[in-house]
Amino acid sequence: MGNKQTIFTDEQLDAYQDCTFFTRKEILRLHSRYHELAPHLVPMDYTNDPDCKLPLALIVNMPELNENPFRNRIVESFSEDGMGNLSFNEFVDMFSVLSEMAPRELKAIYAFKIYDFNVDNYLCKEDLVKTLNRLTKEELTPEEVVLVCEKAIEEADLDGDNKLSYADFENMITRAPDFLSTFHIRI
Amino acid sequence: MAYRVNISQTDSDSESDFEDMGGSKPGQGTFRFIREPAASTQRCPESLQMDNFRECTGANREDLPFTASGHMRDETLDTGQRKSLQRHHWSAATLKVLSSMPSRTAGINAVIPKYARDSSQQPQTSSHDSSHHSKSIQADFVQEEMEEISAEENKYEQLVSNLRGLSVSEAMRKLRATPLSLADKMRVRRLAFRDVDESSFISRNIACYRRLGLYISRTWRHCLFSCLSVLASLQLWHSPMKILSGRFGTGVLSYFLFLRTLLLFNLFLFTINGLFLVFPQAVNPPPHDLHSNNFTGLELLTGTGYLSQSVMFYGFYTNTTLTTCRAVNATKTADLPICDPLQPQMVPYSIPAAYLFTIAISFFIICIILVYSMSKSFGRSFQVLKSNRNLAGNIFCIWDFKVSKNTSVRLQSEKISTQLKELMSELTSGEDAKSYTQRLCRLMVHVLAWVICLISIVLSAMAVHYLSEACITQSPFKDTELLLLPAVVSAINLLLPGLFNLCTWVENYDSPSVCVYVSIFRNLMLKVSLVGVLCFRWLGRIAVEPESHGLQCWENCVGQELYRLLLMDFVFTVLYTFLGEFLWRLFFKQVLRRNRKPVFDIARNVLELIYGQTLTWLGVLFAPLLPAVQIIKLFVLFYMKKSSLLLNCQASRQPWRASQMTTLFVSLLFFPSYLGAAVSVTYTIWTIKPSTECGPFRNLTTMFHSGKLWVQQLESSNTLLFWLSWAYDFLVENPLFLFVVNGVFLIVIYVHSQVVDGQRRIVSRLQKQIENEGKDKKFLITNLQALFERSSLVSPYR
Repeated sequence: MGNKQTIFTDEQLDAYQDCTFFTRKEILRLHSRYHELAPHLVPMDYTNDPDCKLPLALIVNMPELNENPFRNRIVESFSEDGMGNLSFNEFVDMFSVLSEMAPRELKAIYAFKIYDFNVDNYLCKEDLVKTLNRLTKEELTPEEVVLVCEKAIEEADLDGDNKLSYADFENMITRAPDFLSTFHIRI
Repeated sequence: MAYRVNISQTDSDSESDFEDMGGSKPGQGTFRFIREPAASTQRCPESLQMDNFRECTGANREDLPFTASGHMRDETLDTGQRKSLQRHHWSAATLKVLSSMPSRTAGINAVIPKYARDSSQQPQTSSHDSSHHSKSIQADFVQEEMEEISAEENKYEQLVSNLRGLSVSEAMRKLRATPLSLADKMRVRRLAFRDVDESSFISRNIACYRRLGLYISRTWRHCLFSCLSVLASLQLWHSPMKILSGRFGTGVLSYFLFLRTLLLFNLFLFTINGLFLVFPQAVNPPPHDLHSNNFTGLELLTGTGYLSQSVMFYGFYTNTTLTTCRAVNATKTADLPICDPLQPQMVPYSIPAAYLFTIAISFFIICIILVYSMSKSFGRSFQVLKSNRNLAGNIFCIWDFKVSKNTSVRLQSEKISTQLKELMSELTSGEDAKSYTQRLCRLMVHVLAWVICLISIVLSAMAVHYLSEACITQSPFKDTELLLLPAVVSAINLLLPGLFNLCTWVENYDSPSVCVYVSIFRNLMLKVSLVGVLCFRWLGRIAVEPESHGLQCWENCVGQELYRLLLMDFVFTVLYTFLGEFLWRLFFKQVLRRNRKPVFDIARNVLELIYGQTLTWLGVLFAPLLPAVQIIKLFVLFYMKKSSLLLNCQASRQPWRASQMTTLFVSLLFFPSYLGAAVSVTYTIWTIKPSTECGPFRNLTTMFHSGKLWVQQLESSNTLLFWLSWAYDFLVENPLFLFVVNGVFLIVIYVHSQVVDGQRRIVSRLQKQIENEGKDKKFLITNLQALFERSSLVSPYR
């Protein structure tokens, strides 16, 4: 439409539009947000796919993520190396999954990854304890935390191995209709 | 002898073996180990007891005569026994089998990132001895993943071929929802759609018309995306809403989203009315009456005087047909040129027909939009399996990711802790056995509160009724007295909800959601009764005998009253926001020296919005530009509420179930509000006699007749349209046809509701089946463990 922007080629923008839940304008806005995190590192010209990754510390300083107790896990879940260094593609992917239009199944998969602190593909009791501590910020006593976690696992665990696999988690999410509205970040 | 267990045996011989072994033999290390946990967890393998074994392997699973809960009551929790089932007692071989079960590797398999495969390098922070086994699991996982990397490539191929088989939009939707990384998705997209985009059509010998079709679909896709981007850029108030949600959370955001939805509805109504109704008549205004030319400011508030003669109200519209030329012997429109049959002419535009059909069609379209958004919102918030306690779901879905301000985040943590503490106390203590007197006392308080609320509602309705009767009997209407009735109504709307809040605070409900529902219900009763009394005043008194009240144009009068009500409501809201919230905060800060800010009452404010929208819908028949007033009001309201919130209020401590509440509000917008307005408007059009001296329907028995007259006019001017009047007679005016259509709709609704019922039953059965499968699995695993131990005769740790 005669945009005169030189950051992406038209094919790249088409590809972004087809593979994420964002429009062209939002992709360009995301690029400017990515760029302002580290203006010296991020090139303005992405037409030849530069290999640029921003470290975890810069990304979690964004105002949308700054106060989120799970910010480190969110960024780590979307990074390929697991250490939280995001390229622009992974950055867009993160906000696309967290956007309003992402379907419940997709969000459930990434929510499971985020809450899985020790990355063993199960939500074991330690994962739940960590989650709860971050949610309540040490307001509950340790005994209460352990009790809550045990009850939660007891309730949701369907195959009896005392931890939650992805199937258990998904089953639990379908019973909580608020998931779609809470697992959402506006960018 | 102790190990005579044979899993493959399904006949009843093994039954007696187990029963013997379970009861009497002392040296049953493993079997005691197997049987004891039967007493522990809730979903425990009672299956280990033999009657279950027979039934699990033999009979149909659905005929299981017992459920987990049946045995739960008899057995007691014993944590020591429970531990024996836990992972670190299982051998590595069992764990390997467990971890490679298909259900453990399904679904999330596509998402396992590369770093999880190198899990042996990850630092293990857990200090339990289960960490040893989790490492061994991951090592097994790594092995299996190495074997399956080639399988991964196959999965890509599979995905690409799946996408090729679908239509383009379906494929895009599926691609977006796939849990791959963005780079992988782009690669899949290139693979899947490369052949479609390239001009390899010729080599594939695709037929000409299909090539054209593909080309059209491709250009349509490009156009659609560019249009979508234009529409998305029109996203109104994106950053203010982001600020608000960052500070107050999803609950308060839902109020502002609702406000934006109402604004869009009114914009739609205004555009349609403006295009088809206001613009044609404004371009050809009727001859002006020229009294009351002095425009005072008060007229803007009362709607009388200059405004009453303007395009705003019903009285401005004429019952003429607009043409650009006139017939040869027409005398009324002498200033128009004579029609030349050879030149193209404008189709004669009949204002009465336009009025009727514009209102009818816009109401119909709004109905469709409301039903669609209601069903979509209901689908989002629908809980497939009713469970009153979803503790784990609470933990994972409770954190509102939109909140970004640090004070709000801290508040949210406190809110969650309180909620969890309450849930835990409920779980551990069970139901408190309240004493009889306590319960009676609470019941008395509830009854008293309800009686007070109902009496206050009835009293206020009666007050409005008597005031309206007094106003009617002592006509002529003076200017300032005109504002008395709207002021009283708005004052009641403002003060009584405060009384209701006080009552709910005294009643002290146990659960906050019940509290919210009760206060919404009471507010709704108040507003419904007030609007009902006013409708009776307009349609039952003013419209029926207009001459006795000295009114020449009763529709104008009703339109003006609605206009005044809307404006007074707005004025009172502004006053309440500034005086109420602002002064409250100052009072608390200066006088009481506490930093407690008022809380934004979402339910009350949403009901105010719905009330305003009801008035607009009621009034659009009598004042076609009323949606414009509502648009301006909503616009100003947004900024006012936003600044008041940011300055004066704090986030609520009560949890707010956003998706359920949104569904409730959209339903309330549809059911009492829109349907009530639609019924009143239909009643007016169908039965009430329009006034004889003003408006587009003068000299007709009902407004509805204008449609019939227009159809007859069309038929007489152009005989080819005879089918229109036939259609009108047989379809619209014939009750049999309407009965048949209604009957068909009811049958379809009944069939669908039966289908939904059946599906719900199936879902609950599947849930039971999942639980039983879990029990089976546990049973098999423990028996497998027993077999391994028997065959190895070493310690479980390898």
